[in-house]
Amino acid sequence: MLRTQKTLALAALLMLGASWAHAADLRIGLAEDPDVLDPDQSRTFVGRIVYASLCDKLVEISPALEIVPMLATGWTWSDDGLTLTMTLRDDVTFHDGEPFNAEAVAYNINRSKTLEESRRKSEVASIASTTVIDATTIQINLTKPDATLIAQLADRAGMMVSPKAAEAAGVEFGLAPVCAGPFAFKERVAQDRIVLDKFAGYWNADAISFDTVTFLPIIDPTVRLANLRAGDIDMLERLSATDVGSVRGDSGLQFEQAVSLGYQGITVNVANGDLANTPLGQDSRVRRALSLAIDREAMNQVVFDGVMAIGNQSFPPNSPWYNAAFPVQARDVEAAKALLAEAGAENISIEIQTTPDPVNQQLMQVVQAMAAEAGINITIVSKEFTTQLSDQTAGNFQASQIGWSGRVDPDGNIHTFLTCAGGQNDSKYCKPEIDDLLNGARVSNDSAVRKQSYDAAAAILAEELPIIYLYHQTWLWALSDKVQGYVPYPDGMIRLQGVTVTE
Amino acid sequence: MLSFLGHRILIAVPTIFLISIFVFAMQKLLPGDPVLALAGESRSPELLEFLREKYRLNDPLYVQYFTWIGNALRGDLGVSLRTQQPVTELIAQKLPVTLQLAVMALIIAVVIGIPAGIISAYRKGTWIDWLANIVALSGLSVPNFWLGIMLIMLVSVKLGWLPASGYQPLSEDPLQSIRTMLMPAFVLGTGLAASLMRHTRSAMLSVLESDYVRTARAKGLNERTVVLKHALRNALVPIVTVTTLLFGELLAGAVLTEQIFTIPGFGKLVVDAVFNRDYAVVQGVVLCTAIAFIAMNILADAMYRVLNPKMRDQ
Amino acid sequence: MTALAQTPSDTLPPRAPNRAWARMRRNPVALFGALLVGFFVCIALLAPLLPIPGPAATDWGAIRKAPSMQHWLGTDELGRDVLSRMIWGAQASLLAGVVSVGIALGIGIPLGVLSGYVRGWTDAAISRVTEALLAAPFLILAIALAAFLGPSLRNAMIAIGLSAVPIFIRLARGQTMQVMTEDYMESARAIGLGHGAIIWRYILPNIFPPLLVQATLTIATAIIAEASLSFLGLGQQAPAPSWGSMLNTAKGFMEQAPWLALWPGIAIFLVVLGFNLLGDGLRDALDPKGR
Repeated sequence: MLRTQKTLALAALLMLGASWAHAADLRIGLAEDPDVLDPDQSRTFVGRIVYASLCDKLVEISPALEIVPMLATGWTWSDDGLTLTMTLRDDVTFHDGEPFNAEAVAYNINRSKTLEESRRKSEVASIASTTVIDATTIQINLTKPDATLIAQLADRAGMMVSPKAAEAAGVEFGLAPVCAGPFAFKERVAQDRIVLDKFAGYWNADAISFDTVTFLPIIDPTVRLANLRAGDIDMLERLSATDVGSVRGDSGLQFEQAVSLGYQGITVNVANGDLANTPLGQDSRVRRALSLAIDREAMNQVVFDGVMAIGNQSFPPNSPWYNAAFPVQARDVEAAKALLAEAGAENISIEIQTTPDPVNQQLMQVVQAMAAEAGINITIVSKEFTTQLSDQTAGNFQASQIGWSGRVDPDGNIHTFLTCAGGQNDSKYCKPEIDDLLNGARVSNDSAVRKQSYDAAAAILAEELPIIYLYHQTWLWALSDKVQGYVPYPDGMIRLQGVTVTE
Repeated sequence: MLSFLGHRILIAVPTIFLISIFVFAMQKLLPGDPVLALAGESRSPELLEFLREKYRLNDPLYVQYFTWIGNALRGDLGVSLRTQQPVTELIAQKLPVTLQLAVMALIIAVVIGIPAGIISAYRKGTWIDWLANIVALSGLSVPNFWLGIMLIMLVSVKLGWLPASGYQPLSEDPLQSIRTMLMPAFVLGTGLAASLMRHTRSAMLSVLESDYVRTARAKGLNERTVVLKHALRNALVPIVTVTTLLFGELLAGAVLTEQIFTIPGFGKLVVDAVFNRDYAVVQGVVLCTAIAFIAMNILADAMYRVLNPKMRDQ
Repeated sequence: MTALAQTPSDTLPPRAPNRAWARMRRNPVALFGALLVGFFVCIALLAPLLPIPGPAATDWGAIRKAPSMQHWLGTDELGRDVLSRMIWGAQASLLAGVVSVGIALGIGIPLGVLSGYVRGWTDAAISRVTEALLAAPFLILAIALAAFLGPSLRNAMIAIGLSAVPIFIRLARGQTMQVMTEDYMESARAIGLGHGAIIWRYILPNIFPPLLVQATLTIATAIIAEASLSFLGLGQQAPAPSWGSMLNTAKGFMEQAPWLALWPGIAIFLVVLGFNLLGDGLRDALDPKGR
């Protein structure tokens, strides 16, 4: 009798416990539809948000931007900086059951380097070869010292895909990606949703409390927030700055933010073809005048309700790489006019191109109004993003309002834009001193040495201003109050380890 | 009938051919190098050149065109430059969505428009007619994207009755599926209801004043039978043909509606593809839409011919 | 309205403008439409003369203020007076409507009349092209053209105008063919009038009424199309105001400043309603069967 009762009680308790562990689905609203889901081919910011749940990387960053172990447990540099030896976890399997080991890492790095469609080639350019020491140790051999490599391995270049699946699928890997992250790919309906299922064999399974994650691209920020309010999604990224006040005041919602690693500014055409022959493009005094004419605090207040972080360098003011000797200057219309007079450029007209999206349009209208008072007449030329990018590369612009989402390593936010041969240097600004400083900063693993180089570069750039920095985006997340444990990261990624949902 | 159909299909062929050339040319003329957008942040010359070779963008235009057409005839419309997904698959995924939206909008339009048109025609000249006309014209005049935003704010956010966006396939959850489509279908349907009401009214009017109906009345049939059984049946001819054509307009109207309500249908697909310079998708979708539209036209004409002889006894 | 051509034959159905005008005057709905259209045309033309602040006059201290005595319709996201932007925006919308239809008529009528008059291979070719253009959804066509030409009001008008050309080709062609079957055409040819004279004196005046009706209705569609393109970012560019782009910005502030979305929407609705009522009135007035 007693035993039956005990069994019944136990059974009841178990069932109670089981019902608590019912299917938990997290629904996340994205600002865009990601592109191809192959870490080696992917090229969008929003794609990386999906990867945070789908593909683990060799190393990870902490919210304070330190590099911490993930699939790799430790790493050491050789004295000459040409060899990076990494030790790996031994308890990791890919979503298809294949084991993760040094051979897999070697395969992945090779793929990033040699796959024809690979967009990661420039990120791993310094890697000459890899040597598998044993199952959990891999040696990466570089052609030249590269301080940025570790940070690259904390992003898409370090995301590990299953060699078996990648070999079989080739360039179509993105249609059914197989990685080693907390969630495995289940299905994708273009422009509608991406669904990931919990991977039972995840090495850090305890940190994960959802059975599925669904990413829903909802482009319009108003509609995205409406969805959150209606309970159709649990969290969203890139909340509209002007909605922050309302989210803060809503007891059913939470708000998180983090200053991004990138920047938003006006890139000036200084040497890219005929259109560089403008007072703005040819004379740094004119550029400095434009920068002085802008009241960044007011601009921030009017367009973003004060939520963004104003800036004047490649790095945000709260970054350790920021040169504090050159703080953001307050508006000074008189000084601007004086500079323009000096340069013989009073009452000039310039065209600044930007995209038609409302936020950028507002931003440029504010800049336009402020610059007009100093005698700089701005015409706003709207081009859709694809055209804008094309025209920039071709030199078909005078100035362009464009930004960068930011990379962990400081080099990633400056080198490609401001070195003579920089891949994204559309302004074609070229100064050998800057090249030396930035190339030197890449090579040394010593932060102090690098900081010196970046400081020196900032001093030169503050005079020359090929890019007039305006502000640094603040990543804004809105979450339902049922979501607990979310940690905001400056790279804008949504990491679900440690996140739970209460009922 | 067969010869009529054959003739129409025959002359549709050069039209479709023209459309394909037209849509291809339009895409190629759009400014902005698609390869740059494809390459993203790593703009190494080798990668750009590789992408150009891969997507045959270096070939002369006519070669690109004929390659595309040749593949299309074999059922291969290429792949999306953005996600590598085959275009035919994308179309197969999106078409049912827009179709569901269109059908729901059409139902709303028919349910509102046809009875309104009948009543308006029957009560021609009275204040009911006048009111119905104003309401119909108002429905035509409201910008549907504005109506959509207003509805989202009111119904989803303030009242919480319906979801603000998203889509649930009918097969998965029919009730939720209809709920997500209700507002967009309403927005689309009201514009169409207005159009339908006016066409119904004019068709009914010409029938009600015809000899046929006068005979029916003279025979002593009661009004209700006259209107509903005889007049309506004959007025249905132009109404049905117009409805078939309106279906084509629906597909076009769905473009903005899908953007606002984030419905992953045809309209949204093609607008996004134009902005992303996703050539294969735009070409494939516009071609399919155009073929469907032409087919609808032929169907409408055929139905008119079939139903028309019955009208002859006026 | 056009002056009526002198005709030698009196089998020409009487289309005295006076009678049509009288019918219009008796139609209250059409008059209401004309009133609406007239109102917006007036404020669009008078915009520079009215005592309102400039549409681009920003004021950082008065962001998104509700309607008040100082700003009758409130202020927008950059502190500009909404009433002023609405009035100046009328220019953009009306211009868009009229110019695009003008373009459509200018290309559509000659091609349509040519097609209907000459028949044969010319007609076949033009008809196929027209069908091809009509098969592509109107808005997609306009979006692609606007994207191709670059976002601006001028390009949006061109894009909408070109997209509307096939409608007028088809109408002009159909009407031309109908006129060709009338008795007086035989007489005209019999007295030896040249093609040019026939087209100018017989065809054009007789196809004019339905074209006018269609033009009025298409202006309404064009205004909505311009608003749609501006909504997508392809029309009138900042800081010049346009009702469509005002709606585009307004949707981001539905909570903080809902009135921003209300006024442009109502304005578009009223002006489009006006043109639709006017077009309907014209159709009823000019249609000899008179419904």
